[in-house]
Amino acid sequence: MAKTFACKFEPARRRFLKQSAAIGGGLSVGFNIPGALAQKPGAAVEINAWVVIRPDDAIIIRYARSEMGQGSMTSAPMLVAEELECDWRRVKIEYASANANVKRKRAWGDMASVGSRTIRNSQEYLRKAGATAREMLIAAAAQQWGVPASECSASNSFITHGAGGRRLSFGKVADAAAKLEPPKDVKLKDPKDWKLIGKSVKRIDIPDTVVGRQRYGIDVQLPGMLYAAIAQCPVFGGKLKSMDASKVEGRRGIVKVVPLETFVAVVADNWWRAKEALRDVHIEWDVGANGNVSSASLMEFYKGGLDAQSDVATARKDGDFEQAFGSAERKIEAEYYTPYLAHSCLEPMGCTAIVKDGKVELWTSTQNAEASLAVAAATAGVPLENVEVHRVQLGGGFGRRGGAQDFVRQGVAIAKAMEGTPVKMLWTREEDTQHDFYRPASLVRMKAGLDGSGKPVAWYSRVAATSIFETLARVPLKRPFAPADGVDPQSVASLYDLPHAIPNVKVEYAQRTAHVPVGFWRTVGHSQNPFVRESFMDELANAAGKDPYEYRRALLANSPKDLGILEATAKAAGWGQPLPAGVFRGIAETEAYGSYTSAVAELSVDKNGEVNIRRLVLGIDPGYAVNPDNIQAQMQGSSVFMLTAMFWGEITIKEGRVEQSNFHDYRMMRLREMPKVEVVLAPSGGFWGGVGEPGQASIAPAVCNAIFAATGKRVRSLPLKNLGLTLA
Amino acid sequence: MIELTVNGRKHNVDVEPEMPLLWVLRDVLDVKGPKFGCGIAQCGACTVHLNGEPVRSCSVPVSAAANHKVLTIEGLAQRGQLHPVQKAWIDHEVPQCGYCQSGQIMAAVALLAKNRDPSDQDIDAAMTNICRCGTYARIRTAIHAAAKTLKSTKA
Repeated sequence: MAKTFACKFEPARRRFLKQSAAIGGGLSVGFNIPGALAQKPGAAVEINAWVVIRPDDAIIIRYARSEMGQGSMTSAPMLVAEELECDWRRVKIEYASANANVKRKRAWGDMASVGSRTIRNSQEYLRKAGATAREMLIAAAAQQWGVPASECSASNSFITHGAGGRRLSFGKVADAAAKLEPPKDVKLKDPKDWKLIGKSVKRIDIPDTVVGRQRYGIDVQLPGMLYAAIAQCPVFGGKLKSMDASKVEGRRGIVKVVPLETFVAVVADNWWRAKEALRDVHIEWDVGANGNVSSASLMEFYKGGLDAQSDVATARKDGDFEQAFGSAERKIEAEYYTPYLAHSCLEPMGCTAIVKDGKVELWTSTQNAEASLAVAAATAGVPLENVEVHRVQLGGGFGRRGGAQDFVRQGVAIAKAMEGTPVKMLWTREEDTQHDFYRPASLVRMKAGLDGSGKPVAWYSRVAATSIFETLARVPLKRPFAPADGVDPQSVASLYDLPHAIPNVKVEYAQRTAHVPVGFWRTVGHSQNPFVRESFMDELANAAGKDPYEYRRALLANSPKDLGILEATAKAAGWGQPLPAGVFRGIAETEAYGSYTSAVAELSVDKNGEVNIRRLVLGIDPGYAVNPDNIQAQMQGSSVFMLTAMFWGEITIKEGRVEQSNFHDYRMMRLREMPKVEVVLAPSGGFWGGVGEPGQASIAPAVCNAIFAATGKRVRSLPLKNLGLTLA
Repeated sequence: MIELTVNGRKHNVDVEPEMPLLWVLRDVLDVKGPKFGCGIAQCGACTVHLNGEPVRSCSVPVSAAANHKVLTIEGLAQRGQLHPVQKAWIDHEVPQCGYCQSGQIMAAVALLAKNRDPSDQDIDAAMTNICRCGTYARIRTAIHAAAKTLKSTKA
């Protein structure tokens, strides 16, 4: 039997993790097999994959996705608890095991926290899981009493019979309930009867965080563990040619230098020694064909996409753009550019793994435990069943830790080279900045034709950018996934789904694959195209001599949800009311990830280019608002993330490699620069939208439209620092 | 051997004198509260107190901490009582991912130790740690709240 590498740490709020790992201890590795729980007499009883009840009435709700600050580890279990009718104060939240998900035919479904979809894609099965468990508990109590289940009800972790008030706690009937056949069709509560959904509930993970007990991938500590630092080929796609490690051989703490195809790892008895030694390993790279690529050559490449007659796909075609544009009263054309951006999760990429006896265990900050498991299995050459991904909190995710899984491939490859020894691999900030999967740079050509009244009758967009879905996710750009064959839906997001009443629309996509790796950066296509669309809309309003808010209202008359959030936000911001001298407003509206967002920025720009944002009013209609305070937090955070990007964010390329390296040259916003953000939470009900990403969508155009109002200068390229503008 | 006192406990560590305090804490002493974010004293995720002063432990050689007192987030609560800053952080739901927060809290505690009633400008000047999730507005609110608590308990 191999030794079980149970994590040394024991988060107070999630002690059950350890308990369930111990129950699974018969296996050679310490897998958490929740199915085993039900078999121990006197122990916690699994009612279904999501609900486990202890005899002392503690309720364990499983959580399958990841927690990276978006708050879903609290709000997803709230959905289960709402239907379960349990006492929320006695709820413990436990991660579902990725290994068990493989063995139990995906009992927990999708484990990925990406695309703001934890709530919107799992709300139905989570609520059903809670309702199913509740019905089983009621049936078990009814059986015990010998009464019809229809005379019983559940509330606050008790089942009650009729008005008489006979009561049994969930813990008392859990054993019997678990043996019952789950009901097929459970009825979900009417939203008006919700007790928990819609209330601001404290996040379950925060108490551990403020005492330093929260455990991230970087914090894993295992007996006999070694540490690895790595250097990757600075030019994307390059390979290791040769290396000479003679200078570090025999140096204190250095255990091994591992040359792999695209990187070199130094393994040592602490990370600092590994990192220091790496600087003295002489490495020669074969940089391949891309050693001369620069930001300027990339710009030419994307410009070629705008002008190309071929290799262009049509994402949307309404009416006849050419005809309508040709005969339009006024024609407006513009080109917009948004740059490559790094994710810069504050916790750098890393992965701790042990490969032993054909099995792999890993601990890594991942947005997709299933993907990590699959990559680890493939890298180690073992079946999926032989891998476990231990769950930890993520030190930021923002899309970096979902699709790519490069850090898992590396961590497992190193552990394989050190077979039998656990190794914690950690990147430096410099590696993290220079080996990201960047938000794609995107060049967009816009055209519109206005009629005599200033109304747009023709609208055209062509996007030239690298496709994330095809290059990273390896998803073929085919219908029905793609809006049209050859179109990445994220590359044209907010453009092809333009909600405005414009009769002739043409949206094209020129997929241009550069060597710079691209990935899902928080809000993805909606992080850049709303800047293009809503700034251009402002250009049209200005050309028509119309108020930008009223101009949009007229075009959104048949899109009630877009219109609703636009109006709610404008009202809260006091649109149209007088402002002090030198202060100006800008407005924008966009749907993203199933939620409707709008922003009004109120700012002044001084002669030195200092932009003083007095107020940023940020509206969101997520349909149902599960945990309002958390939505507030996500909106505030989205403001910081987007303002950082729009003022300073830009990854540039020279000689095929990234020029920026750390926070001194890849600038993050600080507390003193944080403007006043007012959140307008306007849930209109009837649908489930995301909240982690949508908040960013409308911010950049609202701020840039206000800058235009203040200065008469139209911003068509980000970041603003390149235009001599900075955040006051 | 280098002697240092971490959260009231004495340790002797046999490491290179230039090894950063952060890595001695994390990899040698298993004190994981201070985090690694940049390694160049930019982000402040590694903030600890050295003799009561906030320092960025990624850029402090362990030799500079020899025979001195190091306080990390783990040592902040006294006799099971959370520090008012920690309490305010919970009350105002400050953290998101939480990775920077042990550094933010240590910076805020140091600010309040010197300045019982910081103005917004004082907070702007003292709180230079990076939060990638963007919890700045709540950090400010929580510092003001903690200041109020400290005032009322000292009065």
